[in-house]
Amino acid sequence: MAEAREPVTTLDTPIRLEYLFSAGIAQSKNLRGLAEGRFVGQRCPVCSKVYVPSRGSCPVDGVPTDEEVALGNTGTVTTFCVVNVPFAGQSIEIPYIVAQVLLDGADISFMGLIQEIPADQVRMGLRVEAVWVEPDQLGPSMASVKHFRPTGEPDAEYASYKDYT
Amino acid sequence: MSERVAVIGTGQTKHAAKRDDVSIAGLVREAALRALEDAGLGWADIDAVVIGKAPDMFEGVMMPELYLAPALGAVGKPIMRVHTAGSVGGSTALVAAHLVTSGIHDRVLTVAFEKQSDSDAMWALSVPQPFSAPLLAGAGGYFAPHIRAYMRRSGAPGHIGMQVAVKDRLQALKNPYAHLHLPDISIEMVEQSVMLWDPLHYLEACPSSDGAAAMVLGSEQAAAAAQVDTGRRPAWVHGMAMRSEPTMFAGRDQINPRAGRECAADVYRQAGVTDPRRDFDCAEVYVPFSWYEPMWLENLGFCDEGDGWKLTDAGSTSMDGGDIPWNCSGGVLSSNPIGASGMLRFLEAAMQVRGEAGEHQVDGTRRALAQAYGGGSQFFAMWVVGTDKP
Ligand SMILES: [Zn+2]
Repeated sequence: MAEAREPVTTLDTPIRLEYLFSAGIAQSKNLRGLAEGRFVGQRCPVCSKVYVPSRGSCPVDGVPTDEEVALGNTGTVTTFCVVNVPFAGQSIEIPYIVAQVLLDGADISFMGLIQEIPADQVRMGLRVEAVWVEPDQLGPSMASVKHFRPTGEPDAEYASYKDYT
Repeated sequence: MSERVAVIGTGQTKHAAKRDDVSIAGLVREAALRALEDAGLGWADIDAVVIGKAPDMFEGVMMPELYLAPALGAVGKPIMRVHTAGSVGGSTALVAAHLVTSGIHDRVLTVAFEKQSDSDAMWALSVPQPFSAPLLAGAGGYFAPHIRAYMRRSGAPGHIGMQVAVKDRLQALKNPYAHLHLPDISIEMVEQSVMLWDPLHYLEACPSSDGAAAMVLGSEQAAAAAQVDTGRRPAWVHGMAMRSEPTMFAGRDQINPRAGRECAADVYRQAGVTDPRRDFDCAEVYVPFSWYEPMWLENLGFCDEGDGWKLTDAGSTSMDGGDIPWNCSGGVLSSNPIGASGMLRFLEAAMQVRGEAGEHQVDGTRRALAQAYGGGSQFFAMWVVGTDKP
């Protein structure tokens, strides 16, 4: 006699996609810098803006950005959010702070994890520095930057970063 | 000289967290059949189909337009797919409209959908990228920092976002198709919901919905015939435009993107709109996170830069006494079948102009604006619809 069972209405079918990714000339320069524990940007010959990471051309002027610019280890939090939502594949313990970090000398901000400060004390204008992984763990990836932490300097003036949020 | 185009039929599904009574094909067919019925037409009357949805990664069904052709009566007919991330529902309607204004077709069916219960959008939007740190946490994690920057720039007080969250949910109670019906919604309830992406509370974010939207777009001749057959008037398209800009460039204004401002200027010029707050009777605008209402009020020129939150605060965007009601349907905050969300804006604006919006009708609407945005605020699609033949 057939047992009464709940009907099967859905089925999870995990899929896997593997691919080879070519970083290209410009991004490779940036990635090699990260493997050495430093940030490398590129300057546009037309608008003089410094991109980090650079894609090899200026999105505004459409010209190659050949000039390499060595950038320092410090920057400013231009804006941020506190992530408090769990999701599949998450690798960082919540809550965590994701900030837009504008490196000194750069003209575009990128996403960075902020640590070594309580979440409720993070603010726009906070001065931060990159904390790198141990030298033997450095690699051509943003994962070489463990996180950013406060430098202890006074906050940056709003006017200095308001166009980079 | 291009031909005129009008919306002659609209249809949408009941949006819900999980429509497990239908497959994707059943979902799109439900919306399409309603649009055909509204237009007084059958499958054979349709010349071509234009379909849109968010990225294929969401449901994991690659090129679903191919599999959906039979469900949409498109076998042996032209069918094409549009891709512009979250704005896709709007862009899809515009591509369909161009097939009529170009004089190629008389009656085009346009459909957009998402079946979020078959997918994991949060995961699909947060897949680790090569050589990058895995920091991105869904769309909320992307937009929350821009919201914080808006709050700082405009000096808006913190309760504005919660006001939008309440207003749109109250309006959704008048829309039987809306996913969220939260009769007890209040500022306190929003404030007490989890802070998912500080400064965004759970109830300040859109839900995950299954749903589809469909419209039949017709030429002048098709619109006249449909009006005779059904007794329902068409919504004439007075202006339409799309704009995009790169996701990242130095000095990019992500709070008030130039692509959005220029897209609005283009549709306003086509439609002869000079003062949007005065010239529109209502608007359906893509607000997936509460704070995007004041931000888009500014981007769309309903007020000066920095003043959007004041309109929200004064209740100007509420159906309950406001002079320019936004998202009377409940908006994206109440129903978010991602690919369809943009088309629902376009469809709801058309329903208002046709006087077919039921309980959430703004009486006497003569002209309405619809906007959809997507990606990292870099894709914009808009149209202006009105009662008068342009
Ligand atoms: Zn440049």
